[in-house]
This record gives sequence, structure tokens and C-alpha cells, in this order.
Amino acid sequence: MALYSDKVMDHFRNPRNVGVIEDANGIGEVGNAKCGDIMKMYLKIENDIITDVKFETFGCASAIASSSMATELIKGKPVSEARELTNKAVAEALDGLPDYKMHCSVLAEEAISAALDDYSSRTGKTV
Amino acid sequence: MIYADNAATTKMSEAAINTMVATANETWGNPSSLYGFGQRAKEILEDARAKVASAIGADPKEIIFTSGGSEADNQAILSAAAAGKKKGKTHIISSAFEHHAVLHTLEKLRKEGFDITLLDVHENGILTAKDVEDAIRDDTCLVTIMYANNEIGTIQPIGEIGAVCRSRGVVFHTDAVQAMGHLKVDVERDSVDMLSASAHKFHGPKGVGFLYVRKGTPVTNLIEGGAQERGKRAGTENVPGIAAMARALTDAVANIDGYASKLTPVRDRIIEGLSRIPHSALNGDAERRLPGNINFCFEGIEGESLLLMLDDLGIQASSGSACTSGSLDPSHVLLAIGRVHDVAHGSLRLSLGEDITDEDADYIIRSVADTVEHLRNFSPVWRDLQSGKTQYIL
Ligand SMILES: Cc1ncc(COP(=O)(O)O)c(C=O)c1O
Repeated sequence: MALYSDKVMDHFRNPRNVGVIEDANGIGEVGNAKCGDIMKMYLKIENDIITDVKFETFGCASAIASSSMATELIKGKPVSEARELTNKAVAEALDGLPDYKMHCSVLAEEAISAALDDYSSRTGKTV
Repeated sequence: MIYADNAATTKMSEAAINTMVATANETWGNPSSLYGFGQRAKEILEDARAKVASAIGADPKEIIFTSGGSEADNQAILSAAAAGKKKGKTHIISSAFEHHAVLHTLEKLRKEGFDITLLDVHENGILTAKDVEDAIRDDTCLVTIMYANNEIGTIQPIGEIGAVCRSRGVVFHTDAVQAMGHLKVDVERDSVDMLSASAHKFHGPKGVGFLYVRKGTPVTNLIEGGAQERGKRAGTENVPGIAAMARALTDAVANIDGYASKLTPVRDRIIEGLSRIPHSALNGDAERRLPGNINFCFEGIEGESLLLMLDDLGIQASSGSACTSGSLDPSHVLLAIGRVHDVAHGSLRLSLGEDITDEDADYIIRSVADTVEHLRNFSPVWRDLQSGKTQYIL
């Protein structure tokens, strides 16, 4: 059996929404290089809708795949929905992660949360 | 496919496979049985013992067959510890970058009250005989230092360390798992009292190895039972595996010089090629390393991603990142030579096989360079380094 599901490998090999958004209005970065995973999420929010999202990740295959999948799950969605995104939903959408890699999906959830917090503090809107 | 993970395990040689199959087919008796059929298995076993002994300059009576390198390491260390304890000597010297088969055994002894000194291995991954000499005390019962490191391939001055131990009357064990069959090992020249080796690192089968124990050095057994291996390791012997190991070792030893002169230039070609990747660094001494070992850190990327992408490109390698070690910490070996966590996560080990070509080397260099660039392109760590927000370490 392979280490990762085909979905994880697909998102690892062809990560969706990679890069930066120059005029992002919500940016979140979580993790640290010491532990070996850092995720950075850029959100472009207009009228409470996430019109664009991009990410940068330093980390293992499951970290890259989790960030990629998380961006797919929130793109075009209302901020309130993005706020509800759980790490479980990310892992499930990837057809599962090995137990010891679940923290990668947690990081993806936290990165989005951090970006939404940033948006809130910039705009004064609560999300 | 370019298999560049020979430090993890090697492909069995055809000769070793043939020996294994022939022994299993034709000489499957129990070497402890007294009738002719059993005794023929005994002959194979003893022939293998003689071959293994001659490969390291030992006497056949000094070889104990084991299930591999881990068992040999455990038995060597626990034997010396037990003998030391009887005399009130409970200090053991080792190094910070040993294999876990050694480190975890020492940790167990520490909990039992032994005093363990783990020597610093310096930035180049090589410790000196002087380091060992300075650490030896009146109550030191064992020095255990690996012959060559499994991650960064650095070769220790085993002969000099052996001489120091001999002159101070301290038992000296070396984990020679990575060296065996690749470097000329001689227990007399190197004043080694105990030595561990494992067949699957020199084109023999997995699950077979041996422990050399110099005559007169006390040894206790880990596995109680029958009187096999002169009472030092119970259990009906793995005759096909042992015969195959002896064959593989004989062939490997006969070819050490040939392979080293073939591998070294390819290794250096790859080292030179990878050194051209910006903000990268070779881990371990450039010269005093195994002929097939290359180990690099690349700043701004993580090793597991790198090795999985290389796998897609048909190159099998390994990494010392936390994700590959199954813990939060990267390789203890890289930390021991002073690499900080951030950089140690981005490591790559290539351990070449004897059939590697210059074309393979160039393909590896290209593939690694491209993959590192690809990963850096969406690494927030790399972005911060590039923008000057954080400082490069390498
Ligand atoms: C230096 C060293 N010691 C010990 C071992 C353990 O050997 P085995 O896998 O045969 O138990 C290895 C293998 O990974 C090794 O590289």
C-alpha cells in the first residue's frame, strides 16, 4: 500500500492555487520551520465572498496537499463557510491522511482561520 | 529507476540468491542433527563462518551469527555492560550520531544506572581518537563508535580509536554495518574487540548479520535456548541466509577497491553538481566518507517532498526530515553535526549502487536541482529568505 492516497499525491504533484495574491486582504501564516511545516494563505475577499485564494507551503507532501485541498474547499465560498472548515473535512476530501500526518490538515484549517482573523482586523468585520 | 538508497538496503546479488536457494533446496537439514544430512548443513554453516571470519581478519570461533545489525549491536553493548557492572565499571563512551540500535540500547542502560557519555562528532561528522582518550575514565567499561555513519557516510578513525582503547584496557565495539563490504575492515589492524555487521547492506539477505567477539571478551546472550553459536545465541540457524551472507561478503570484499575507484568519482561528480544549487551544503566531510554516500541540505524546502518528487522522476533516495523520521525532530545525525532544525528538515541522502553511471549522476543532479527549485517556488520560508526578511543559514 502506498504511503498516501491518490488524491493526496495528485494535490502534491499538481497543487491548486499556488502562489501569492498581491492585493490580498487576509493573510495567515502558521507553523514553524523548526517543526518542518509552514503554511501561508492569501485571501481576496469581496462582499463576504472569497473570490480568490492562494497558498505557499514549506512542508511534506501531506502539508502541500492539505493546503491545496483547503484552498479548493473555500474558493468562491462565503467567509462564514470558510470559517467552519475543519481539518477533518480537509482530510476526508483527500481520501484520508495517515494518522501521524493529521496535523497537516490541522495546519490548513489554522492557516485559513488566521487569514480570516487578519481580514477581520483589517476590516473590522467579524467573521 | 535509479535506486540511490543503498544505505537503507541493497539488492541481493545473484550469487547470494543462488546460494540461498541452493542451500534451502539441498541442505535444509538442522545443523544440530547428528546424521549426515544435518551435518551437511553444519558444514555449510561452518564454511560460511570461516568466510565471514576471513573477511575481517578474525578466527571463525569469534563469529556469532545474528538476525542482523540491530541484534549484534544490542548483544555487544549489553555484554560489555554486564561484564563491566560485575567489576563496578558502569561508564560507557559512544557518539551522538550512532544508529538507534546503539543509542536506544545505551538509553536503556542509562535508566539502569549506567553513566553514558555521547561524544560530539564535530561539524565534519568525524570524531578523533583524542576525543575518546580524553573521555576514558577508570570506570569505563566500553567504547562503542560506529565505523561509518549511515546517514552522512563519514568514516571514523577506527584504528586510532581502537589503539587508544587497547592501551587503556577498555573494550572497543564498532557498529560496522555501513562499512562492511565497502571499506577494508580488519579487526587486528583496528584493535577492535567487538564488531556488528548486517548482510543486507552488502547485497546479502535481510534478517541476517553477525557479531564478531574477540577471544577472551565476555559475551552474554540475548536469546536463551539451545546451544547454537557456542551457547551465545540460541535458535536453529538461518543456514540459507547465513550461507548467502558469506557469499555476498566474500564477493564484496574481493571488489572493494574496484567499486571504490568506480564510485568515488561519480559521488564527487554529484557532490559538485549539487553544490551548485544556491544555499545548499554537503553534510559531513567531503573526503573521509563512504564511496557511495552523498548527503545535502537545501535551505527553504522540506525533505519528504523532495524525495517523493524524486521518486516520481525514478530516483529513490532518503531524507532526514522529521516527516520521514516519524517524529517532530529531524535526523539526530544532522543535529549532531550542528545543522539547525530549519535546515535539517531539507536534507537528502543519496547512497549509490555499484552500477551507477555518469549519465545517472547527471540525471540525478538535474532532477534534484529542478525539484528544489520547484519546491522553493512556493515555499514561504524561501520567500522570506529571498526578500531579506530572514537570513540565509547556508
Ligand atoms: C549503522 C547501522 N547500524 C545498525 C543497523 C541495523 O541493521 P539491521 O537492519 O540489520 O538490524 C543499520 C541499518 O539500518 C545501520 O545502518
